[in-house]
Amino acid sequence: MKLRQGQFSFLPDLTDDDIRTQAQYAIDNGWAVSVEYTDDPHPRNVYWEMWGHPMFDNKDAAAVVFEVNECRKEHGSKYIRVLAFDATHGWESIRMMFIVNRPTEEPGFRVVRQEVEGRNMRYTIESYAAREPEGARY
Amino acid sequence: MTDDRTLPTSKRPETVDLAASFEQSGVREILAELDDSMIGLAPVKQRIKETAALLLVDKARRQMGLATETPTLHMSFTGNPGTGKTTVALKMADLLRRLGYVRKGHLVTVTRDDLVGQYIGHTAPKTKEVLKKAMGGVLFIDEAYYLYRPENERDYGQEAIEILLQVMENNRDDLVVILAGYGDRMDRFFEANPGFRSRIAHHIEFPDYSDDELFDISEIMLNEQNYAFDPAAREAMAEYVSLRRDQSHFANARSIRNALDRARLRQANRLFNEAGGPVDAKMLSTITEADLRVSRVFQGGLDSDSKDQARQSAQRGAQ
Repeated sequence: MKLRQGQFSFLPDLTDDDIRTQAQYAIDNGWAVSVEYTDDPHPRNVYWEMWGHPMFDNKDAAAVVFEVNECRKEHGSKYIRVLAFDATHGWESIRMMFIVNRPTEEPGFRVVRQEVEGRNMRYTIESYAAREPEGARY
Repeated sequence: MTDDRTLPTSKRPETVDLAASFEQSGVREILAELDDSMIGLAPVKQRIKETAALLLVDKARRQMGLATETPTLHMSFTGNPGTGKTTVALKMADLLRRLGYVRKGHLVTVTRDDLVGQYIGHTAPKTKEVLKKAMGGVLFIDEAYYLYRPENERDYGQEAIEILLQVMENNRDDLVVILAGYGDRMDRFFEANPGFRSRIAHHIEFPDYSDDELFDISEIMLNEQNYAFDPAAREAMAEYVSLRRDQSHFANARSIRNALDRARLRQANRLFNEAGGPVDAKMLSTITEADLRVSRVFQGGLDSDSKDQARQSAQRGAQ
């Protein structure tokens, strides 16, 4: 099951050129671009591992593609995303976020049902991958 | 890179008008600007013109589908201090951007300190950070030979060199590296690092300025700041240039700039002390002979001065 999170996730996977174009758009808007990775694809897992610092003074998106490829070398079997942070007053938040790398096999999520007081049901989802310990997921 | 690099066969033009693309890309302006704003340096200008022609032709060939590889654009600028290497590098970055060989055309100037780390594992991230900043533009490494220190085999400079070489080769589309430094030391650096030599296509040598050229430079520098020499000062300046050349720490145009800065200082001091009444614009912007003649250069140079200082500090020590 393909993970659909962030921008462009219903499109075919982005090529390096696509990544460059999108990152350049962010840079031209003055947003700081950064690269992050994780092996826990739960949608509420917002804190991914940072791959280096956000790139504040890079003028060209080639550096972003370079870092994405460096990250792929080490974490090629995990999810990698590119973020663009807008620091202007009033925004101060992520303006762009898209996945640029995903594991070859994505087992997807299961629904967990919990029976609580009065035969009420609680539902949650759990990634099949996350049942394995960290580092052994993909 | 620009979109015209990979035109499909059907869209390739039959002919390319080199003169038109020379005009359109704005290369002509840059070359004209280079000619106007920089005195002397005839061989450098010639080389840059040749390089520009080569790149224009290469671009045309790519549009016609005759060439696909990005040519090697890394360069080395060798020459004595103050011969205009950094200034020309700035122009070069602009030129490359107009020709579409780099996307942004900014110049990132670094020295050994910016590339080499202080402890194990510090160098690689530091060098990569600098390289990333320079992507889409030109990385100018001043005094590049300091990267290589043969006397210390555990020097981290070697690590920076390896990363540089790797990126120079693999990311040729993304950045252009210009190494700069004094001629003889750069030669030794290239001998010790054959990897660099083979990856650098353009070696440009910057000759020293002649006395006349340095004098012209001094006049231009003054004019830019709305100052002028009076006739006697002009003679003094010409004399200063020829005397200064034979003294230690001579750095071509940079020495001239420093001399002018000091002359302005003395001029301000003189006006302050001498002028009884109001001063007019002409007085405020005229450098006279007296402002120049006080210079140590006319009294035998900096060496005599350092002896003075040594004596003074010895006296202070005795007290």
